[in-house]
Amino acid sequence: MTIEQIYREESGRILATLIRLLGDFDLAEEALQEAFSAALVQWPRDGTPSSPRAWLVSTGRHKAVDSLRRRALLEEKRDELARWIALAQQVADAPEDTMLKDDRLRLIFTCCHPALAREVQVPLTLRTLCGLSTEEIARAFLVPVPTMAQRLVRAKQKIRDAGIPYRVPDDDELPERLETVLLVVYLVFNEGYNATVGDEIIRRELCREAIRLGRLLHGLMPREAEAEALLALMLLHDSRRNARVTPTGEMVLLEEQDRENWDADQIGEGLRLVEEALVRGAKGPYALQAAIAALHARAKSASETDWYQIAALYELLLQIQPTPVIELNRAVAVAMSQGPAEGLQLLDALEERRVLSGYYLLPSAQADLLRRMERWEEAESAYQRALSLVGNGAERRFLERRVSEMRARR
Amino acid sequence: MQYLLLIYDKESDWGTLSEAQQSAMMKEYQDFTKSINESGHWRASSQLHPVSKATTVRIRDGKKMVTDGPFAETKEQLGGFYLVEAKDLDEAVALAARVPSARFGSIEVRPLVGRNRP
Repeated sequence: MTIEQIYREESGRILATLIRLLGDFDLAEEALQEAFSAALVQWPRDGTPSSPRAWLVSTGRHKAVDSLRRRALLEEKRDELARWIALAQQVADAPEDTMLKDDRLRLIFTCCHPALAREVQVPLTLRTLCGLSTEEIARAFLVPVPTMAQRLVRAKQKIRDAGIPYRVPDDDELPERLETVLLVVYLVFNEGYNATVGDEIIRRELCREAIRLGRLLHGLMPREAEAEALLALMLLHDSRRNARVTPTGEMVLLEEQDRENWDADQIGEGLRLVEEALVRGAKGPYALQAAIAALHARAKSASETDWYQIAALYELLLQIQPTPVIELNRAVAVAMSQGPAEGLQLLDALEERRVLSGYYLLPSAQADLLRRMERWEEAESAYQRALSLVGNGAERRFLERRVSEMRARR
Repeated sequence: MQYLLLIYDKESDWGTLSEAQQSAMMKEYQDFTKSINESGHWRASSQLHPVSKATTVRIRDGKKMVTDGPFAETKEQLGGFYLVEAKDLDEAVALAARVPSARFGSIEVRPLVGRNRP
């Protein structure tokens, strides 16, 4: 493995441990960078150590102790001086095998603390746990780099100044706090999976990182059924990554995808995890969405999809998450199981309530059903409405093709 | 670490409560204050007179301006505060959640500068 790969894989874990030892994000990041810089110099010269991770933690600690002692020397205020010296000693004295299994869990919960805004929780998690650079994160969320950099700096300042603790929440707070963590991971995945605009490479990276975080959570909290279900959901969605776009970057609808191109191993793993999660009693939103994804994954062909079951699962999902987007998804499932007219009725009702006004998938879904019913003119005008709302290039081109098709029918 | 818990609620709501409800609230406050005193968290606290009793002072271009009323008209008004010692934000938030007005108003939790060393 190259040092870059090691950074990607291990920096989150090493950082988490250093934060625990040093009690400070900035100190820990500094120590981490210095440790990797040292590696860049020493490993080509002396050879890669047999345990790179242990080497990096140990070096990070030594760098941190040195840095703390230097600060103490420069410190004029008495109590600051005492503090640096005490901390330096604490770090130096910490036992050799100092990586606790819980360190990364602590780090995720800290990054996802409710005192931090959501727009800060997501990048902070990506930066500290996944080792993504500020530039990569800025590109992923279409935010200027200096803006993203500032966001991250402010987040760490808030953690320090407001005293956000570095710990796994107590049992009584855990369910709520875990909900946020899962949501942040899911947001990262969705950003990668449902690209609103832009860069294909960073999109794939986001999905991979989200899945890695999902694995981490499931591994560290094996009894949390919703965490297991989230991992299953992401694996099942991601299993279609190679079939979703043509080689030239055009969108392929689920029903038209070549299922040979779905990642069978990943589907196998996803299906196993869903079953386990359901057996474990998961009945939250991720469990239901994973069950729906499983039904798609199991169908050998689009026509064999059990749309009745899917519609029923969406009913259940609506009971715990009554959002307009889920109502839309249910309407589509109803259209597939009962007929386009029934589905269209539900979609039109949604439109009337004006709860999805800016969302291109509503007119797009209406258009699709109208098309199936051969109501070409109405379909075309619905596709046009969708076009006025869409962002992503591949989606736009798909809708434009549909508009041409509708015109050709007239 | 030290935090200021700033208690914001609608002054106008107090008048809509019956005498019995008002006494009940005051007793809840007394109990809360006593409890966090015993647990070692309390440093200072007080109810504040309503904003009609406030006076705002500004110096602009060397000129002193004194006006009647709060610094700004807001939907909820600052009605009181607690200064507490807590080991971290989670502990401060847990205390804030126990402030009786948290049920109707908002409790802002602000760390103090300088008095914050873990």
